[in-house]
Amino acid sequence: MSNERILKTTRQGKPGQGAGDRNLDWYIDKAVQVLVLIAGISAIVFIIGIFTFITKEGISFIFESSYRISAYTIGTLEEKEFPEELLEELEILEGETYVDAAELIIAMEETIGKEATDQYKGLIIEHSVHEPFKVMDFFFSTRWKPTSEWKPTYGAFALIIGTASVTGLAMIVAIPFSLGAAIYIGEFATGKTREALKVLVEMLAAIPSVVWGFIGLSIMNPLIIKAFDVPIGLNVLNAGVILGLMAAPIMATIAEDALKAVPDRYREAAEAMGATRWQVIFKVVLPAAKKGLLAAILLGLGRGFGETMAVLMATGHAINLPTSIFDSVRALTATIAAELGETAVGSDHYRALFTLGIFLFVVTFVINLTADLVVRGVKKG
Amino acid sequence: MKIVKCLIALISAFLMVSASVSARTIIQNKGSDTLVNVAQAWAEEYQKVNGDVAVAVTGGGSGTGIAALINGTVDIANASRKIKGKEKKLAKKNGQDPVQFIVGYDALAVFLHKDNPAKSLSISQMAEIYGEGGKTENWKDIGLQVPNCKGQEIVRVSRQNNSGTYAYFRGTVLGKRRDFKLGSRDMHGSKDVVDLVEKTPCAIGYSGLAYATDHVKLGCVSKKDGDKCVMPSVATASDGSYPIARPLFMYTVGKPKGEIKKYMDWILSDEGQCIILKKGYAPVRAVKCN
Repeated sequence: MSNERILKTTRQGKPGQGAGDRNLDWYIDKAVQVLVLIAGISAIVFIIGIFTFITKEGISFIFESSYRISAYTIGTLEEKEFPEELLEELEILEGETYVDAAELIIAMEETIGKEATDQYKGLIIEHSVHEPFKVMDFFFSTRWKPTSEWKPTYGAFALIIGTASVTGLAMIVAIPFSLGAAIYIGEFATGKTREALKVLVEMLAAIPSVVWGFIGLSIMNPLIIKAFDVPIGLNVLNAGVILGLMAAPIMATIAEDALKAVPDRYREAAEAMGATRWQVIFKVVLPAAKKGLLAAILLGLGRGFGETMAVLMATGHAINLPTSIFDSVRALTATIAAELGETAVGSDHYRALFTLGIFLFVVTFVINLTADLVVRGVKKG
Repeated sequence: MKIVKCLIALISAFLMVSASVSARTIIQNKGSDTLVNVAQAWAEEYQKVNGDVAVAVTGGGSGTGIAALINGTVDIANASRKIKGKEKKLAKKNGQDPVQFIVGYDALAVFLHKDNPAKSLSISQMAEIYGEGGKTENWKDIGLQVPNCKGQEIVRVSRQNNSGTYAYFRGTVLGKRRDFKLGSRDMHGSKDVVDLVEKTPCAIGYSGLAYATDHVKLGCVSKKDGDKCVMPSVATASDGSYPIARPLFMYTVGKPKGEIKKYMDWILSDEGQCIILKKGYAPVRAVKCN
């Protein structure tokens, strides 16, 4: 909409240009406008496209419910002293899925006869209900066992806690480092030191995440085992420190921009009133740049939340509720990365991973939106 | 004139090249990451035997390979597990009847830290360590004192839950209907398992024997408590005395014919089997290699 308006205003802004004087410049102008329009809209198209895609793949998992005679059904019936000869007949149906109970009963009548069906249908229906996604189980159970041949369960609680604990520790590491770096670069460093530091911080942001993961796996792991005398070094501490170091450069760069946005007259006024350098920074500059700093932290948080490769390698990738920072955990992103490759398209497992994707998307979207709204607040203020 | 001549020469050269390319038969081969190195070696070596046939090898996992076979996009699928009944049904529905070949054996080694004093491990001991409901959480529970291992806690190292190695270990060691205990460190690749065990005194892990290094200790595995244990090796995997050795499969679409049959025959010949031996896996029968 706004692009169209721009097109119109430019046209109106050049009243002398009729259809007759369309020279080369006019065409270049048009071409650039179209290109910019495509580039501008592409981001929106991509976001909508990606969201539609993951929703399409994952949503059926959330609402699916059916009746399925699985190995688990057969096994449970066996334990419940279901007549053996009927069980053998029922095994023919193993692996079959029915949309509702009525369909299951029809199939049962065909296989084990009407009489037996009437007698046992309650038992069979009870143990063949197939509802892979239950809100309580998905968000509050730790049993993530998607490839179990016996009974697959999809409980993402440990993964959510894993991601939260690692990201939380990463923020504890990254906030002092990045704000410290930003204050030093923005307020204290001058000349060449300042330029060199800025370039170095930006280079730190360019280190590939797999390299960070490798550092976690082969350098930090033995180091943590020795230093803290713990059984394993692939844990929340390892991943948190690595993720903190990964997020810090971006946070430092944005935080420094926020400090730079504080007008010099604030500093001058404070100094004129006799404030020391520290007092200027803590009492005047930081409060004035508050919103920008918060945005930097939130963007760092989003970065940590979505990071995959480094956490896959450094957390230990263990489904576990951590009780200390020396416990191994597993992150949501790492689970998707590790498992999606060999999963049959359209299977429960595949759709469960996409459901995790939807969850991740929503959370990162909320974090980024908050950051964005905060930044907008900065501009207004 | 010169330019025209050059052009004609170029075009005819191009036509000759493309003609010779199209004359070559390309065999598509996809599947198991365990087998991918061997499959690659076979493909390269076969070039020398029969230059008219090119074998294109890709990995991606046993499931991926079999899925491709079902969809009819590959000629040969590699798998480190047997095709599932469901997959076979699906393949038949699509008009592809998979035929199975055992092309070698892979011993699944149990890795321990170099300082771990364990002399032998039985299948049931490992089931108690790895299996759901298993009571063994501590090296002391099986009468061991591992140096430099804080609290003697057993650090279980496993594989991601869709790998063929994971499924084979579950089926053979834990038994039917038993899942892994949650909380194992699930590594993304055999090499990571070995790396982690090497650096972690408390650890135990498993993976294909081909990934073993000098920096880790190989567990001596016995079938039952008290039985004589067997070290994993190519020889013990071939003769079946090592209890956790799995066959490696290749699946073709229907009974192989023509170039595919020739290739499969060559893989099972002494020459082909010597290559799998060189890569650290066990051949299907005793072969003499130079």
